[in-house]
Amino acid sequence: MPKLLRQPAWLVLPAILLLVVALGYPLLQVVIRSFTDPEPGLGNYTWFFSRPVNMTVFWRTFEVAGWVTVLCLVLGYPYAWLMTAVGPNMRLLLILCVLVPFWVSGVVRTLAWVILLQDSGVINKVIMALGFEKVRLIRTQTGVIIGMTQVLLPFMIMPLYAVMRGIDLRLVQAARSLGARPVLAFLQVYLPLSLPGVFGGAVIVFILGLGFYITPALLGGPRATMLSTLAQQQVLQQLNWGKGGAMGVILLASTLVLLAIAARFTRRRYQISGGSK
Amino acid sequence: MDAKHRGAAVDIRDVTKTYGTFTALDKVSLQIEAGQFMTFLGPSGSGKTTTLNVIAGFTDLTAGEILIGERSVGNLPAHKRNVGVVFQHYALFPHMTVAGNVEYPLKLRKLPKADRARRVAAALAMVHLTDFAHRYPAELSGGQQQRVALARAMVFDPPLLLMDEPLGALDKKLREWLQLEIKRIHRELGTTFVYVTHDQEEALALSDRIAVFNKGRIEQVGSGRDLYERPETLFVGRFIGESTVLTGAHETRGDETAIKVGDQWVGIPGRPAGAGPQALLLRPERITLARPGTGAVAGTNRLPARVTEAIYLGSGVKYEVTLADGTRGIARMTLADDHFALGDPVEVAWQKHEARLLADDGSSLAAQSGEDK
Repeated sequence: MPKLLRQPAWLVLPAILLLVVALGYPLLQVVIRSFTDPEPGLGNYTWFFSRPVNMTVFWRTFEVAGWVTVLCLVLGYPYAWLMTAVGPNMRLLLILCVLVPFWVSGVVRTLAWVILLQDSGVINKVIMALGFEKVRLIRTQTGVIIGMTQVLLPFMIMPLYAVMRGIDLRLVQAARSLGARPVLAFLQVYLPLSLPGVFGGAVIVFILGLGFYITPALLGGPRATMLSTLAQQQVLQQLNWGKGGAMGVILLASTLVLLAIAARFTRRRYQISGGSK
Repeated sequence: MDAKHRGAAVDIRDVTKTYGTFTALDKVSLQIEAGQFMTFLGPSGSGKTTTLNVIAGFTDLTAGEILIGERSVGNLPAHKRNVGVVFQHYALFPHMTVAGNVEYPLKLRKLPKADRARRVAAALAMVHLTDFAHRYPAELSGGQQQRVALARAMVFDPPLLLMDEPLGALDKKLREWLQLEIKRIHRELGTTFVYVTHDQEEALALSDRIAVFNKGRIEQVGSGRDLYERPETLFVGRFIGESTVLTGAHETRGDETAIKVGDQWVGIPGRPAGAGPQALLLRPERITLARPGTGAVAGTNRLPARVTEAIYLGSGVKYEVTLADGTRGIARMTLADDHFALGDPVEVAWQKHEARLLADDGSSLAAQSGEDK
């Protein structure tokens, strides 16, 4: 014990306590209740997988998270690259542009999207002014994806930037001097070296997207419900703690499976890049 | 095939590069013959690396023209120039093996697979890394990585190979060995080499010709011997080798110029090339130290001094002396010569024609030394 006290390890004790009390205990309760409430057994799980509505929502959750990940990558990759390419002042501005929306609560940002996306909102006014048909965005899956992409974009940009910042641009110069067109130098040298950032950002955005609650709840309607909303309805509206818990456990389990796959992937990349023996 | 015909000549004509108000290159002109080993030597920020980048196509030029072979490459993007480049920090692709790195330029050129394998093997054999083909760059030492970079830059037979301080990050022993390797490879390939360094010893060891850069201009181009024995500017004289530089008021006396060092006049044949202050440059081998008042010879200059440092070099002794006006002088004596101790009063003597009269361009020793103190 004295040996342990001399090490700074005990400094993390408060954090561990908080995690155990505020996360571990409720989580344990959720898992237990999913198997015991209202009666012991796998009832809640068989209920979940036997109801087509639940499965639709389950797959929709993955579909939405997938789209959001792809869109974040498409938008975030060039942005993160630009952050590495500009001077220090411009870079600061670009970082601020990523972080400032981050400081505004997700609820507020989502409500801003409600105003923008609603049938008489700015976007539709512009579309109609250009002579097109009104587009239904609010309470659709598209609206949810747009809103979530905006909210989650920083989680893609930051890991990408962290990796890209470490890529030696002379490698691209070297590829050019060896005869590679700019496109090939990017595809064969820069892109492979940036993949750890792509994986890192994609995993974070996808997993956060799976469990997203506020944005789908506010922007999506009944036809765009995601798993977290469904779980909330079970627990708070119908007081079905067991069914809500089962949904939570299913979401957690699929997230862990995905994380394990992603971890395998990134480890393999590391070996390919020859970082160590 | 005669190796000597595989290189391309390079013709740099009035190349200027400005960044905003800063002029990195100021009307640089230089001809490099086919197959020559040309070194760009100069302190950091002198324009030598900028010139290399302009030849490689990494940097646009503001004005002027560059020809590689007979072809003007001013507007040609880097990947179409067919020029090999070796970078100071190797720039090996970390996600490819050694063989993958070397094969890369051949793949881009769509060579058949058997051909690629043969060439990769030959290039790796040339740098003695055949056994390392399947390792990744991170598993190699600095010297090995740089040899891979060299193999990769020459495997596609470019007529011109550019090297930007390739040995700068390596320790002295390895550097000297790799210098010999680079020289051998240059002889075997017959490619034109352009080599950038701030290390004058390296420049002298490797080059057919050396271009000395200073403040965005070329001060002088010549063989190492030209630059050492017949520097045309004080900057070159000071940058290449060691020297004693005497400055002071000057006046012309018949065919001679006299310079006032402290309160004594010393003479040198010839007249100053231009107006303005003049300086007198002496190489350490040309200076003899003598006991005061002994062995005066006609046609020699003598100045009193005091020994401030004596360094035994094995092949001889290097003396540092301080003249009456505070100037530092360096003399190199053989072991057979008279010996002096620290603090000994001596006379610095040299034959009048063995000094060089140069315009005093104000260059100081500290400012031009590549490895600043």
